[in-house]
Amino acid sequence: MTHVPDSEREPEERPAGEARAGQDAAPMVEAHGLVKRFGDFVAVDGVDFTIPKGESFGFLGPNGAGKTSTMRMISCISPISEGTLRVLGMDPAADGPLIRARMGLVPQEDSLDLELTVLDNLMIYGRYFDMPKKVIRERADQLLEFAQLTERANDRVDPLSGGMKRRLTIARALISDPDLLILDEPTTGLDPQARHLLWDRLYRLKQEGVTLIITTHYMDEAEQLCDRLVVMDKGRFAAEGTPRQLIEAFSTKEVVELRFAPGQHEEVAPTLAALAERQEVLPDRILLYTEDGDAALQEVARMGHIAQSTLVRRSTLEDVFLRLTGRTLVD
Amino acid sequence: MAQGAAPGGVSIFKHGEQIPARRFSTPKWLRAAGYWAYQYRRTWRSSVVTSFLIPVLYLAAMGIALGSLIDKHSHGVDGVTYVAYLAPGLLAGTCMQIGTNDATYPVMGGIKWMRTYFAQLASPLEVYDVLLGHLAWIAARLAIVVSIYLAVMAAFGVIYSPWAIAALPAAVLTGLAFSAPVSAFAATQDKDTSFSTLYRFAIIPMFLFSGTFFPISQLPAWLQAVAYATPLYHGVALCRDLTLGQVSWADLGHLAYLCALAFVGYLAGRRTFSRRLVV
Repeated sequence: MTHVPDSEREPEERPAGEARAGQDAAPMVEAHGLVKRFGDFVAVDGVDFTIPKGESFGFLGPNGAGKTSTMRMISCISPISEGTLRVLGMDPAADGPLIRARMGLVPQEDSLDLELTVLDNLMIYGRYFDMPKKVIRERADQLLEFAQLTERANDRVDPLSGGMKRRLTIARALISDPDLLILDEPTTGLDPQARHLLWDRLYRLKQEGVTLIITTHYMDEAEQLCDRLVVMDKGRFAAEGTPRQLIEAFSTKEVVELRFAPGQHEEVAPTLAALAERQEVLPDRILLYTEDGDAALQEVARMGHIAQSTLVRRSTLEDVFLRLTGRTLVD
Repeated sequence: MAQGAAPGGVSIFKHGEQIPARRFSTPKWLRAAGYWAYQYRRTWRSSVVTSFLIPVLYLAAMGIALGSLIDKHSHGVDGVTYVAYLAPGLLAGTCMQIGTNDATYPVMGGIKWMRTYFAQLASPLEVYDVLLGHLAWIAARLAIVVSIYLAVMAAFGVIYSPWAIAALPAAVLTGLAFSAPVSAFAATQDKDTSFSTLYRFAIIPMFLFSGTFFPISQLPAWLQAVAYATPLYHGVALCRDLTLGQVSWADLGHLAYLCALAFVGYLAGRRTFSRRLVV
């Protein structure tokens, strides 16, 4: 690996992904016709994707869309049912241990040893990778700093907050200095402060050129962290692209949200359909998808409808997500 | 590293450069066993009572106190004092209990509560390493308990022969003859209620009626046949023959029985662990 002195490059001008791709063009993960079946149930139904080095790649989808199954196959802990899968250029079926040696996994459920201390959890994990004790200790100190857990190093894990446990799980996954970090719903169940802190840490990893694969059902998380993402629904990819591309392809530039008094809601809805490219009638709101939100809003006022509240906003990934995966609740 | 030297610090992500490769790699099952050993270093105090103090109290109360009564009235058991008869029985019985205990709740914890096995499987370890590592740790823990217990027996003056050295592996094997099949069973369970059933209907009756406290010749004929079929009977008989120096060809039979059970249990464990952990 060649080292380029800091002074000779302008890191801001190139995303980390491109910089690293130049060093090694082989993709980190490559899948063709990937299928996962549990008995008769098809969890992942023939998906294709390629994740280049240094990219931050997201799997979005409602619960049960097949995100976790896909992740578990990439992590070489779940055998594939059909298709081909190459991770770090190797075959998971034959070289699972070699692949996992270069991979960090943050599973959906924490698997920390609650009786032991924060530091012990890192020490134990390093041993699975056969790292010398001294090296684990040095790295553990750096990672505790990174995860902002230095003060808690000698505390038991059990009483730590959810956010701290999650950061420890991420620190633990990084103990072996992996090329690829896989995060399955990293911030589910955390409060907003804890999520933002975690995003900040993950963003730093991304800056450092670590390839990230993330599943999430939070759109803000995907917008923050993912260079590219796929929306999964019922085991298939409903769409693929950068957050910007997806919004352009599946939504309008702006969205007008209107709230009417009960009763008036149903009455008004049909008359507004013509004002927007697409209209969505929710139980509590009417959404108008349009290129110019303010103009649409003026039109609504001109028609004489008086809404209880109005909001004009830019389209987000959430609009894309809901359009692609429907509004029905999935449990 | 270029892209991302952290503000005010050296980058800690060097993509493996920092980790030197070892010349001789540690076997993966041994790394898994290392976890349990590490954990035991923090929690061993609580296990001293159950795995060591209780059997020694049994030995003192029943072997010495009750034993003096038995020795006075019937001149010992099978030609030796009661305490000498009882000690190896308790040794094997304790190994059965530890072997079973360590293969029930910790296995369920590894799958459901702490999810330790899943943490191990996210590293280079594989499912057979996880199982073998856990069993290897149980064997190591048994070896520690047995060594101390044999030393106590020596202090009580109930070790009659140098064959007693072989009682160390024999007692460990007795424990493993339970750990291996029990861990295979534990990996199929969803709730821990089946473990108390296992204790009530298998482990405790075996502890009482497999020749631990009295010769099975005292039992009715049909119960003798049942006792003879239990693994604990063979563990007790083997340990007793070794500490009393009454070694015979029959001990090879006991040995073969225990080895077979441990091995079959291990093979079953490979199946049940794979089914449970690799889906």
